[in-house]
Amino acid sequence: MKRFRRIVEKIAEGMLTLSGAVTTVTILLIVVFLFREGLGLFKSPAVEKGYALCVNVANPVDRLTPFQIKQIFDYAIVNWAELGGKDEAIELFRFDDIFSRYSDEELGAENDYALLPDKLGEVVASSPGIIAFLPEEYLPRDLKGVRMLRSEHITAGDFFGGREWIPTATPAPQFGTLPLLLGTLWVSIIAIFIALPLGLGVAIYLSELANEQTRKLLKPAIELLAGIPSVVYGFFGLVVLVPLVQKAFGLPVGETGFTGSVILAIMALPTIITVAEDAMRNTPRAMREASLALGATHWQTIYRVIVPYAKSGISAAVVLGIGRAIGETMAVLMVTGNAAVIPKTLFAPLRTIPATIAAELGEAPAGGAHYQALFMLGCILFLITLVINITAEAISKRQHNKGL
Amino acid sequence: MSKHTGQNIAFWIFRLLGLIVVGILLWILGFIIWNGIGVIDWEFLTEAPTDGMTGGGIFPAIVGTCCLILGSMIVAFPIGVMSAIYTTEYAGNGRVVRFIRIMTDNLGGIPSIIFGLFGMSLFVNTLGWGDSILAGSFTLGLLVLPLVIRTTEEALKAIPDSFRTGSLALGATKLQTIRRVVLPMAFPNIVTGLILSIGRVSGETAPILFTVAAYFLPKLPTGIFDQVMALPYHLYVIATSGTDLESARPIAYGTALVLIVIVLIMNILASILRRYFGKKVKTN
Repeated sequence: MKRFRRIVEKIAEGMLTLSGAVTTVTILLIVVFLFREGLGLFKSPAVEKGYALCVNVANPVDRLTPFQIKQIFDYAIVNWAELGGKDEAIELFRFDDIFSRYSDEELGAENDYALLPDKLGEVVASSPGIIAFLPEEYLPRDLKGVRMLRSEHITAGDFFGGREWIPTATPAPQFGTLPLLLGTLWVSIIAIFIALPLGLGVAIYLSELANEQTRKLLKPAIELLAGIPSVVYGFFGLVVLVPLVQKAFGLPVGETGFTGSVILAIMALPTIITVAEDAMRNTPRAMREASLALGATHWQTIYRVIVPYAKSGISAAVVLGIGRAIGETMAVLMVTGNAAVIPKTLFAPLRTIPATIAAELGEAPAGGAHYQALFMLGCILFLITLVINITAEAISKRQHNKGL
Repeated sequence: MSKHTGQNIAFWIFRLLGLIVVGILLWILGFIIWNGIGVIDWEFLTEAPTDGMTGGGIFPAIVGTCCLILGSMIVAFPIGVMSAIYTTEYAGNGRVVRFIRIMTDNLGGIPSIIFGLFGMSLFVNTLGWGDSILAGSFTLGLLVLPLVIRTTEEALKAIPDSFRTGSLALGATKLQTIRRVVLPMAFPNIVTGLILSIGRVSGETAPILFTVAAYFLPKLPTGIFDQVMALPYHLYVIATSGTDLESARPIAYGTALVLIVIVLIMNILASILRRYFGKKVKTN
């Protein structure tokens, strides 16, 4: 009996130990799955899947970045000389164009378009400045006079340095994360600028001035503020703040980065207040009393002794607040207007990383470049928040060490 | 005298800031309640959406959110409590615990959209569960895991060591002590954590976007592999992407109000529990 009990005890202990690892395992799984999907992006071809770009064999240009391809097909680049080639006008040729040059009979329509690849080959071979965007199944078999552009992969440079996010562009989707990254940082930092004075003031009020009754009123209010779902904040922002901002600043649309910052500021308040208040409450009694005994007023004690003492706690509050704002999805998605442009003014629509993921993942086919790019965005977001959490941890640890 | 004038001005500013924060809360709550209260009636709570989601009720979304709450709690609660028991009762205070705690904190700091991505990749695609209650519950369960663990840890730590040593001195084993002494005493506070987790889960949107939530699905789920509608996602959809946004507005206000009421109830319940049992432990 005793032996049996000991075995049960051991088993239970084993299970508890295993469950202790659950958060670690979860984080590991998140990292593995996020990066497994995300890193696939850099193995994806720069051109849409199932298609290839062909040029005339005499053309010396043999590699193009996704952005250059886009510019060519947008008529922003019109001469090969701009790409380091010969001085030759670029002639765009899309697959459909073949049907205006040849009749169905000439292409072998009744015979599954058997002659189509040859005709495509002829077209490309006959024109020195041509760039043709063709489906792989109809690529010219006889490559005389035709050269396929080397199938480039999307590079980290394209992804992190690219200034355009147009995942549905043909022939080359644009996955430049710069506008999204800057948009995210922009709304978050402005949100903290709005939230910090308010949050810090309330934290000082709560820790130094408020009596027990006021605290009992304010604390639950702040908890509630933290408990309201982000989609409700988003809805509130959409129906109240968006029209308000639009009217107050005379803008064409109210969905701006600034509107997002205001909502994010409200959402970050509870974090900032709680962390900063904790830090200030931890000021040793002896320090306050020494200051007061030297003749300082309560206010002087607060801003000369308590706030400097709680400096690292307050910094941790700021960092955590930024972290909260950077990761926020729904509210931002609903009020910022979601235009993927690099933000230049306060009052223009912008788009953040989480909002992009939320808005686009549903329509990105699993395993495709777009899907992978969104996971890569997730990786970036994950790394940013990880750095933020570790920083906050390190800062508040400094405070504890000082306290000893 | 002047230093007191400065103090007075500063203190009035702080009081004002406190008022502003309460004001913001009241503004948001008041706005939603004011506009939503007229929409709520029995039909709204018990009927499926009609007329391209501009009429009818939100019953399927309420049922869906309940399914997700139940599912995610089944996923997160047992393992979360066990994990907390391990870190507070077994693991001591060494490196391992510190590492686990850092991991738990970091998991808690990961944005919810990342959980959505992860859930989609692992549960929906790799494990092949598809968009389902199962996938959504696991995603949400992992999301609230840190909250469950942290609140349970605090509940366990609040039990004075004398109870443990007393039980051990009477010859009880460690497991018996935990089961018969520590857990029953910590139970109310653990339940408080559970309630807070429910409040959190019921409002999360980003993690369910790609793991379970259906745009429109009037029939109720019949199994764990079914998709469901959910309140937060429903609010997002009818607020931003319906066919007729203006006529869907009342439904949106109603949905927002239901969501807020759930969160309010959970918060109030938690604070009542905390206050009531907090006193009881002290008088013991």
